[in-house]
Amino acid sequence: MQKILEVKDLRVSFHTYAGECQAVRGVSFHVNEGETLAVVGESGCGKTVTSKAIMKLLPEPPSEIKEGSVILFKDKNIVNMKEKELRLLRGSEISMIFQDPMTSLNPTSKTGKQIAEGLMIHRGMNKKQAFEEAVKMLETVKIPNARKRANQYPHEFSGGMRQRAMIAIALACNPSILIADEPTTALDVTIQAQIMDLIKELQKKLGTAVILVTHDLGVVADVADRIQVMYAGKIVERGTTDEIFYNPKHPYTWALLRSVPKLSTKNKSELYSLKGTPPDLVSPPVGCPFAPRCEYCMEICEEAMPYATEITSTHEVSCWLQHPMAPKVEVPNELMVGGEINGAS
Amino acid sequence: MEQAKITAETKDLIQVKNLKKYFKVGRKSILKAVDGVSFNIRKGETIGLVGESGCGKTTCGRTVMGLYSATGGEVVFDGINVHKLKGKEKKDFTRRAQIIFQDPYASLNPRMTVGDIIASGIDIHNLYTGKERMDRIYELLNLVGLNKEHASRFPHEFSGGQRQRIGIARALAMEPEFIVCDEPISALDVSIQAQIVNLLIRLQYEYGLTYLFIAHDLSMVKHISDRVGVMYLGHIVELTSSDGLYKKPLHPYTQALLSAIPEPDPNTARSTKRIELEGEVPSPINPKSGCRFASRCRYAKPECYEITPELKEIENDHFTACHLFNDVK
Repeated sequence: MQKILEVKDLRVSFHTYAGECQAVRGVSFHVNEGETLAVVGESGCGKTVTSKAIMKLLPEPPSEIKEGSVILFKDKNIVNMKEKELRLLRGSEISMIFQDPMTSLNPTSKTGKQIAEGLMIHRGMNKKQAFEEAVKMLETVKIPNARKRANQYPHEFSGGMRQRAMIAIALACNPSILIADEPTTALDVTIQAQIMDLIKELQKKLGTAVILVTHDLGVVADVADRIQVMYAGKIVERGTTDEIFYNPKHPYTWALLRSVPKLSTKNKSELYSLKGTPPDLVSPPVGCPFAPRCEYCMEICEEAMPYATEITSTHEVSCWLQHPMAPKVEVPNELMVGGEINGAS
Repeated sequence: MEQAKITAETKDLIQVKNLKKYFKVGRKSILKAVDGVSFNIRKGETIGLVGESGCGKTTCGRTVMGLYSATGGEVVFDGINVHKLKGKEKKDFTRRAQIIFQDPYASLNPRMTVGDIIASGIDIHNLYTGKERMDRIYELLNLVGLNKEHASRFPHEFSGGQRQRIGIARALAMEPEFIVCDEPISALDVSIQAQIVNLLIRLQYEYGLTYLFIAHDLSMVKHISDRVGVMYLGHIVELTSSDGLYKKPLHPYTQALLSAIPEPDPNTARSTKRIELEGEVPSPINPKSGCRFASRCRYAKPECYEITPELKEIENDHFTACHLFNDVK
């Protein structure tokens, strides 16, 4: 598989009154052609900042992409690109859908026009051609009465439909990468299922690579090819979907997996919950950022940052527990039984 | 901690009888948000109310609280009709019943300190003053897992989960018997959701609270509720014990809702096929007669479009409103 995007040592900081907030602290990863990469973590772990940095959508100042950061897209470094080049890239090569479909569409412009806009700029279509194409896109994302809908304003759409319209805008120019930043968080479960199925289906049809950003591991199980778990601006574990779900190595991944609600747990029993909050990134800890919340914390964890250990060629984890001298730690019981998650039994 | 077992014989705290709430939209149209809903809530019980956006679950919760006046039907709280209350009695009722709102960002006044927010009910009802009042605030903060120093801070200094805790503390300040939880966790991260649900369950055990828990996420509702009602376009289509609902969902809508829950196991997720629910909830403005779900139902028969099915007991304590079960019992 061809690497289409490669991020090397990405560091992003925000300059605030309190000091420099290091939101992303040295993140490296790649995206292959046509695959789905899920980025998972809690609020404030830097997953949205990472995805916005790829499109250079972060305002500078207050943000700053640190020197030495490299974002290679088709062998060109996005970090050094001029605004003019970026404009050619955004929407046509890389596009993005956002968490909140209510606020990310322009309320004063008809939906069809908003889809057509990108087509006119990037594909050089005239108004009429672009509008026809926009209607086709609305049909592709399964909006009924597409022609009528194209002439309506976003406020006439429901939440799920707006997210569909967002997807239509994002995919109109057939980009190579689609960044979906929590695309279903604001939606109902039923609509969430519809939107995830739609993204999956369109990806197969168009061969777009998808970077799916979410806080819910449950959502990505049947969508993602690979998963990377972020915590406090760093990637703590990455692997294929099966590796993350069936052979997780990092205590934080365990915690995330355990907090996914299961239908099989006994009613009103204590649910597993991760204590505490992520560290303040204005003064990030010297050691492992997860150490204060980790059940298995050792002395070294607070003193030095763990390095990445390779488990397989695709599976990598940054945790001192992987060190040969570390005590053996059992994976929490409830994660061992894969079939137990089945609710019906 | 074990809770006293709730059985069918446990006394009802709340009875909702054929509750209706219509809103006028425009000159001729009527939006029937809640259209003839009946259920009871036993003392110390948690009733879950689930459904998609726009199905009327929030309106139902607010009407039960008396925040909206009912168009028809009644809500009886411990023998008194909530919608007929006036003056002192009404004030007394508002102390006994409280609500926790969905959006922890919008439901706290940004210009008030956390202490004043929590104490607003205490001040209105003149429960405590001076040092006692401050002690009560600290006690409440401690109860929901925040600390003393937080009392003098402002809401913007807190994360979503912490804000929801403040909302819970505000509701608890009145020592209520009944709390409506209106989607208290849907704006939060998965890892924080568990914390809030654990807190609510613990408080229920400690204070014998009765909850009406509104949400669209079935897995959490199942966990916290004793019984669950599934709402669709202003009607309750299925009502039963939470275990019964998940083991044997009867109504086609419930089956679809259950199947939409994301499967956190890659192998099962790849092999199972979802029951696809086409389209979205139709408009509740001037709804057609017949089963409201008929237009999206896989099993819809001609009669479904004409006759509105009634909520009937199919099995012991398992109610559903669907023509498919006409012949049963």
